[in-house]
Formats: sequence, C-alpha cells, structure tokens
Amino acid sequence: MKLKKVEPWIRTLLFLAAVFSILAVVLIIVFVFKEGLPFLRKWGLTTFIFGENWSPTRGNFGIFPMLLGSIYLTLGAILIGLPLGVGCAIFFAEFAPAKITSWVRPAVEVLAAIPSVIYGFLGLLVLVPWLRQLYGGTGFSLLAGSLVLGIMILPTVMTVSEDAIRAVPLSYKEGSLALGATRWQTISKITLPAAQSGIVASVVLGMGRALGETMAVIMITGNVAQVPTSLLSPLRTLTGNIALEMGYAAGQHQQALFATGVILFILIFVLTSLANLVRWKGATH
Amino acid sequence: MRNFGLTCLALVIILGFGFLIAEAKVTTFTIAGSTSVQPIIEMLAQEYMAQHSQIRINVQGGGSSAGVKAAATGTAEIGMASRQLHPEEKGLWEFTLAYDGIAVIVHPTNPITNLTTEQIHDIFSGAITDWSQVGGKPGPINVITREEGSGTRAAFEELVLKKKPIVAKAIVQGSTGAVKATIAHDPSSIGYISLAAADQTIKILKDDIKRPFLLLCTARPTGAVANFIEWLRTSEAMDIITAEGLVPVK
Repeated sequence: MKLKKVEPWIRTLLFLAAVFSILAVVLIIVFVFKEGLPFLRKWGLTTFIFGENWSPTRGNFGIFPMLLGSIYLTLGAILIGLPLGVGCAIFFAEFAPAKITSWVRPAVEVLAAIPSVIYGFLGLLVLVPWLRQLYGGTGFSLLAGSLVLGIMILPTVMTVSEDAIRAVPLSYKEGSLALGATRWQTISKITLPAAQSGIVASVVLGMGRALGETMAVIMITGNVAQVPTSLLSPLRTLTGNIALEMGYAAGQHQQALFATGVILFILIFVLTSLANLVRWKGATH
Repeated sequence: MRNFGLTCLALVIILGFGFLIAEAKVTTFTIAGSTSVQPIIEMLAQEYMAQHSQIRINVQGGGSSAGVKAAATGTAEIGMASRQLHPEEKGLWEFTLAYDGIAVIVHPTNPITNLTTEQIHDIFSGAITDWSQVGGKPGPINVITREEGSGTRAAFEELVLKKKPIVAKAIVQGSTGAVKATIAHDPSSIGYISLAAADQTIKILKDDIKRPFLLLCTARPTGAVANFIEWLRTSEAMDIITAEGLVPVK
C-alpha cells in the first residue's frame, strides 16, 4: 500500500533528474551560441575559420592556426594512445593472468583520475626540458602535447576496447581455435574484427577527451597562435585560446572567444555523433 | 498578538530613523579611471570604509584616459591613471599611490648581466634572435610572453615595445608562475614578470621598468578626500599595497 504511494514520486524524481541534465546541455548550447553567433555573423564565418592572424587587441580574429593545432594534437594523441590502449586491452582481456590483471589494471585506470593540471605540471617541468635538450628549440611542441595527451586518453581507450574484446562471444574464439588457428591468429583475425566497432568507439571517445583537454595543453604546447609546421613546433588549441584569454577579454575580444567556443562545440558534436553512429552500426551487425 | 505587531512597528520606525540619521552623516565620494589601479584601490577603500563608517567610497573603472578626464571635469572626486600624464593633461594635482614594477628575467646561468631597453625592445620585437648579438653565448633566444589582454603584457608593450607587436613565435604562458617556471628551466629563454613575483629561481636583468599608479584631483583636495589620501601613506595601507605586489612610494 505504502509502496504504491511512493512509486510515482520516485518516478517523478528520476524524470526531473533526466530533465535537469538535458536542460543543462540546452542552456550551455543556447548561451554559447547566443554570445558567439552575432560575432560570427559580423566578422564572417570563413574569415574567422580560415584567418591566420590572431591578435585580438589589434582587431585581428583568425582561428585557423588554433583549429589546425587542435586537430594535429588530437591526431598525435591518438597515434600514441591507440596502440598503447588497444595493446593493453588485448593483454588484459586475452593474455594476462587474473592476478596480474587485478594489480595492473587499476594502476592504468588511476591515470584517468589524475587531475590534468598534474599532467601539465609534469610535462612543463620534465618532458618539455627533456625535449629541449634532445632536439633544441623551446621544447614546447606538438610532440610534447601528443605524448602527454596520449597517456591521458590511454585509460579511456583501454577500458572501452577491453569491454568490446571481452564481449566477443566465446564460440567465435572456440571455432577459430578448433579449426587450428593459433592464439594470435584468432585474436587478429577473429576477435579484433568482431570487436571493431567498440574499438573505434573507444578511439572517438579518446579523441573527444583530447580535443577538450585544456589545462595540461596550455602548460606544454607553448600557445603560439601560428600554424604548426613540424612535430617540434609550438601550437595553440581552441580550448587553450579560450582559457588563456577569457580572464581579461572584453567586448569584441570576448565575443570572438565565444565564437571559438561555437567552432569547438561543432567539432565535438561531429565527433560524438560519429561515436554514436559507429556504436549503433555495431549493435545492428 | 497585537502587542507583538505594535512592537515590530515601533522597532521598524526607530531603526528607520536611526538609518536616516546615520545616512545624513555619511560622506560619499567617487574614484574612477584605470582598471589596473582599480583592484588595489578597491581593497584600500574597503579597508578604509571598515574603519570609517561615515565614509562611503565608490570605485569605478573606465581606463586611465577616462580617469584623467573625470578628475579634470570633476565628475569624480579622484581620477586613477596607470601611466604618466601626457603634457596636455598636466595641471592636475597628482598623487603617486605606488609603482607597478616589471622585471625582465632570464635563466640563472645566463652569463648576460645587463641589457639596454633598446636591446630588450629588439629581442621582444624579433629584430635580435641570437644571444651572441647581445654578447651572450651563441644560440637562439627563446622569447616567453604573456597572453593578450594580460595587464603585465599591456604595460610591457607600452613601456618597452612602444606599440610594436611582440614577435609572433614567442611562447605564450598564461600566468606569472608559468612564465617563471619556463624560464627557470630553459637556459636560453627570456621573459618578463611582475617585479614582486621574482625570486632566486630566475635572474633579473632589468628591474627599472616601472609605471606609476596615479591618483588625480582637480586641485589639492580637502576634507574627507584629503583624509583618505593621507591614510594611503600609513604603514597599514602600505602593507596592503606591498601584499598586492606593488612597490609603495617611500
């Protein structure tokens, strides 16, 4: 009797929780676009995206270097995070004895819990000086950013890939082994292709994380608003651009930063949609 | 119940009168101008108002030029400027609140001990790119700067670069601490920070780049305004100024 009375209330509460989280997303979208769109309309979308000169106090707003910076850095992070993450996932899912898994896996997962400012600080004090000694220049570079971001996305890539690999039905593997395939043949020819959609999803999630990362990136990439020309070039990302200059920006400068946010938002939206598409395709297979 | 209502009414009336009487005694004046001076003046005004309940100080921004204009026309009792006055602006009563110092810094192992303002100008604008050009060990100079919009950068650009842009390939760091940490680890770097933030992890090459924080009045002030300005020279006010990283006037 009592439970029947409570039940609808709990349902309403849960519904409100769902509504609240959706509302938060909608509010953020509305606010960022409201602040950024008027500037984009006035300044012109193409001059904003393809302009190569960013000097807001002199009235130049071009984010092409930052756009490329974000894309290069994300690709760099994936190049490092993908082989490491999928390698870890295969090891834990297929090879590692339970004892080792129970020790090593939490250690990798802890990587996800380390605040990004710590990564940035380590990068600034250890990695950047090290790269400077090895290759000269300033050390603030695409390479430094890729290395740090690659490690930061490692847990995301690893856990999602591992789940995908573990979800491959045992009968597939048994069939392959029964036909005389070796263990590695089974993994490379049967398990990984079967887990493909999950692995791709893990990469897209990792890319989203790399694209959105700000604090660590600001500290180790040098924030130079110029198109990077090599692995050792410093660069500035879209997120870094906003975070660096938000504090003092006013008027048109501030609007331009919101417009940067709009572009970033569109990039993230495309990536997330891609991840959902891949997952949905995988589910229908 | 009725008694309670009456008591409340009486209380409100008494309190109201009390506020009215207090209000009548309050002296209000306005300080307007430079947004660089604004934060420190706000802190000082807060402290002063806490000690003098009959004084109310309004602090407004607007920029140095607006501060000069406000003082000249009398729209504010005190104007704020974070630069020297231009010749055509002279004639106002000036009070130097403090100096905002900027230090040009390098790695402690850098053999160079002194640079002229012209050399610093050329390094930051990109005309000089190698340490050997200023008498140092041969090797490229890594220029470290602050982000656009930073007050330190604005002052440095105005005082040293004279409106010339900072070289585009300069590494940008978002805080004084990040600039310091970068230079402390890079033997071939050069940068600038607020003088108050300098410590032994870096070497100061030049510390005489200073801009004054000025308070301006139409004429020598009297009464409440004069009392406030007098208080700014007390050790109590000096402590607040020093704690904010500014160089007080002795």
